[in-house]
Amino acid sequence: MTAPFVHPYIPNTAPESRAAMLAAVGAASVDEFYADVPASLRLGRPLDLPAPFVAEQDLARHVRGLLAKNRSTQERLSFLGAGTYNHYVPAVVDEVIGRSEFLTAYAGEPYEDHGRFQALFQYQSLMAELLEMDVVNVPTYDGYQATATGLTMSGRLTGRGRVLVVSDVLPAKLAKVHDYVRAHLTLEHVPTIAGTADVAAVRAALGDDVAAIWVETPSATGAVEAALQEIADAAHAAGAVVVVGTDPIGYGILTPPSVSGADIVTGDIQSLGLHQWFGGAHGGFIAVHDDPTFVMEMPSRLFGLATTDVPGEYGFGDVAYDRTSFAHREEGKEWVGTAAALWGIAAGVYLALMGPDGMAELGEVLLARTRYAQQALAAVPGVSLDDDAVHLREFTVTFDDVEAVDIVTALRARGIEPGVVVGERRLLVCVTELTSQADIDTLAGALAEVTTSDASSSHASHQAAKEQNR
Amino acid sequence: MSLPVAPKPALRRFQQARWDEPIIFDLTTPGERGVLVSQVEPGVREAVGDVVAALPASLRRVAKPELPEMGQMRVLKHYLRLSQENLGADFNVDIGQGTCTMKYAPKINDQLANTPQLTAMHPHQDPADAQGVLEIVWQLERMLAEISGMDEVSLHTQGGSAAIWANIAMIRAFHEANGEGEQRREVITTIFSHPSNAAAAKAAGYEVITVYPDAEGYPSLGALKAALSPRTAAIMVTNPEDTGIYNPAIREWVDAAHAVGALASYDQANANGILGVTRARDAGFDVCHFNLHKTFGTPHGSGGPGSGANAVSAALAPFLPGPRVVRDDDGTFAVAEGGELSIGAVGPFFGVIPALVKAYSWIMALGAEGLLAAAETAVLNNNYLMAKVLAIPGASAPYATGRRRIEQVRYSWEELHQETGISSEEIGVRMTDFGMHYWTSHHPYVVPQPFTLEPTESYSMAELDEYAATLAEVAREARETPEVVRTAPHNQTVHHTHHDDLDDPDRWAITWRAYQRKYFTAESVAS
Repeated sequence: MTAPFVHPYIPNTAPESRAAMLAAVGAASVDEFYADVPASLRLGRPLDLPAPFVAEQDLARHVRGLLAKNRSTQERLSFLGAGTYNHYVPAVVDEVIGRSEFLTAYAGEPYEDHGRFQALFQYQSLMAELLEMDVVNVPTYDGYQATATGLTMSGRLTGRGRVLVVSDVLPAKLAKVHDYVRAHLTLEHVPTIAGTADVAAVRAALGDDVAAIWVETPSATGAVEAALQEIADAAHAAGAVVVVGTDPIGYGILTPPSVSGADIVTGDIQSLGLHQWFGGAHGGFIAVHDDPTFVMEMPSRLFGLATTDVPGEYGFGDVAYDRTSFAHREEGKEWVGTAAALWGIAAGVYLALMGPDGMAELGEVLLARTRYAQQALAAVPGVSLDDDAVHLREFTVTFDDVEAVDIVTALRARGIEPGVVVGERRLLVCVTELTSQADIDTLAGALAEVTTSDASSSHASHQAAKEQNR
Repeated sequence: MSLPVAPKPALRRFQQARWDEPIIFDLTTPGERGVLVSQVEPGVREAVGDVVAALPASLRRVAKPELPEMGQMRVLKHYLRLSQENLGADFNVDIGQGTCTMKYAPKINDQLANTPQLTAMHPHQDPADAQGVLEIVWQLERMLAEISGMDEVSLHTQGGSAAIWANIAMIRAFHEANGEGEQRREVITTIFSHPSNAAAAKAAGYEVITVYPDAEGYPSLGALKAALSPRTAAIMVTNPEDTGIYNPAIREWVDAAHAVGALASYDQANANGILGVTRARDAGFDVCHFNLHKTFGTPHGSGGPGSGANAVSAALAPFLPGPRVVRDDDGTFAVAEGGELSIGAVGPFFGVIPALVKAYSWIMALGAEGLLAAAETAVLNNNYLMAKVLAIPGASAPYATGRRRIEQVRYSWEELHQETGISSEEIGVRMTDFGMHYWTSHHPYVVPQPFTLEPTESYSMAELDEYAATLAEVAREARETPEVVRTAPHNQTVHHTHHDDLDDPDRWAITWRAYQRKYFTAESVAS
């Protein structure tokens, strides 16, 4: 290349600046700065990367061209959930988190970054109202991490090593939690009955070596745990901690877990004002009561109120910073780092917009649409519901005579994503407030056509599959 | 006064927005609504009846959550005011947050990512409908493999520390697969490596050994060798370290680890100065990670989401997290679950997709020549700034005296502190009065009265001059008018804040409801 390389993102590629700066430090070339990098470790050739689009308009055309290959859920009729949910995102949420001041900030102090400290304190506080708990963290990565940490907290609190998993959990979440806690805890499954915990079996499995009971509600199949209080009473009698993994979207109308005895409530905030983003916009919350023995086991940052020199002015700061790995490296509680603050700000804005009535109405709408979808699909010949638990947003159906993957293939050809395959004949179906009656009727109609045309297998094999997938 | 306008003073007369906003709960007005919820159709209601009444009593919430009730514009205005009270990287000379690589996050990348063709994609959609996003993930993996020299890349983790966790989780799985899981119980790191290397190793069940630098500030090879043994699972090191010093014996470090059967894990949070210059593979590392929100220009989001990229050698590839994006022979992209040895999911789905698209776009805007220019300019900027800072009386750069640094420097105000009693933290607060970020360093303060500056490639010579001049002014104030520094901030959103309550369980207030309970109920008043 003959012309000097000058790039808009790198002001000091301007030849005059570069020369002036080298002269100012008395260096002949930038090579001098790399004196400590041995010659044997130098790459000595250009990186083998695709030719760049240095002009912005060319870059935009290239990336837009790639993304144009996608067909989004706005172009398909989607009943997909299983961890990522299609809820309405109010415009104000996107406006706030798109602001440069929030989007491009990082780790400033409570003075010059007062805004993010207040926005995140308010996020903690708004979540606390929804959850009826007094302490909520600055978001961790996602609901998987939040539950994993809730469980390791229980291990440290009790000094015990067994965890009873009493609900159906998403396989990916289970894998993450298992790998995260396995140096300290073993997970032991207590099979569910009709979608929710088998309370008698849970009681039988309890002992003085149990650190925690892990309740997932809504579960991986959308079943809401109605017996949480009984489970919590049994756990507490055995000296165990109750850790709940949840999605908070329904707590405008449903009893939050803390009221039913949960000690550590964890979950994901994607439902609260974040787009689906191909599963790439998750944040995790960990909530506890205002009990220092629990708070001091939390690895995350906690922003708290403080006074300033001026009466009436709210200041902020880090609560009990000495807990963290920032302060004490491996002697801190687990570790903390860049996680999901912007998504926390979004969830805070979402809850402020929704208010008490919005969250209550949304909860009711979700229950109603879920129930309607259950009824509509159960009315299709050859399709049955797997349990009669209360479901929020998601539920599973089993097909008498067709494989779920075949259903998915057939319906995709009609522009419908009918759900996520969770067993040979079992499908996980998800509806939200964005799923209309007509959408659900369309799904039911398409299923009716496909199941009747594809009928083949026997009732017996259906029953076997159903048992297997429990 | 009439025209012309007088020349600008030497330093910026900054004033941060001060809206004096209440906490949002004090803005509530009963009955106001921010957004309305679309109600169900009559046909749905007729079919399902009263779903709330049908709930078991145990599931029916008794009272609505005590969220604020606010009209939409009031919510907007409140949060926009808060945003103005926040100093994003787009506003200041953001070089005071050393180790964090605060570079320009191009606006075009935000625009490109904010399309329904990305925001409205569900991860369980038919891969045939997701070819664009899958291709971007796959291509970005390939580009980072070339940049690191490693064989395979995972983009699943949501931040640098999460990527460090994935590193140690893969290392643990590797040793277990080789039957050495019980034997190898120790991880060695250095004091100037990011604290999460030590902390994540501990969380994974390892004993942590921390190696300190030699007198010149270089990580001590002798100390490493003394610590290595058949019990060592891995070394986990940052290089250049947070001092900006590149360990010239890094190859010997890796070889020494390998000699006892340990793996070598490379925290490349500080890679910005060595892109295209030297690679993890060239130094023999088995596994490394990049922070895409640092080195690859994605926005930091007030503390995330970030994005981590884990790059591994072929020997470690079977342990990578899943699911994986694969390219079929016909050039289409598909999704494959992780194999038998995979550590499994480290988070939901494919990672922080908006960040991945932005990092891809950043690399594609620069290319090989641009990446090298970014690295070289970051290093030039750093050495230029170092000369300016060291010209300020009372500032020093401990270790490696007289030598160049890579992309950042951990400085010390110890001399100024001895002379004036003003601490580095106080200087940092005063710097905010001029619209500048400033960070001391991670604890423990191995360097006394530390501060860490990393100018990256994004700032012009004039901006570096402005930052250095501001530092010099605050140092002058520390000597001549220390009360001005001690009582700072003066031009900020809020005034000097009292942090005593934050460490007292009886007095801390982590949420509004806890604050109300502790300070404004009969119970609290009585006590």
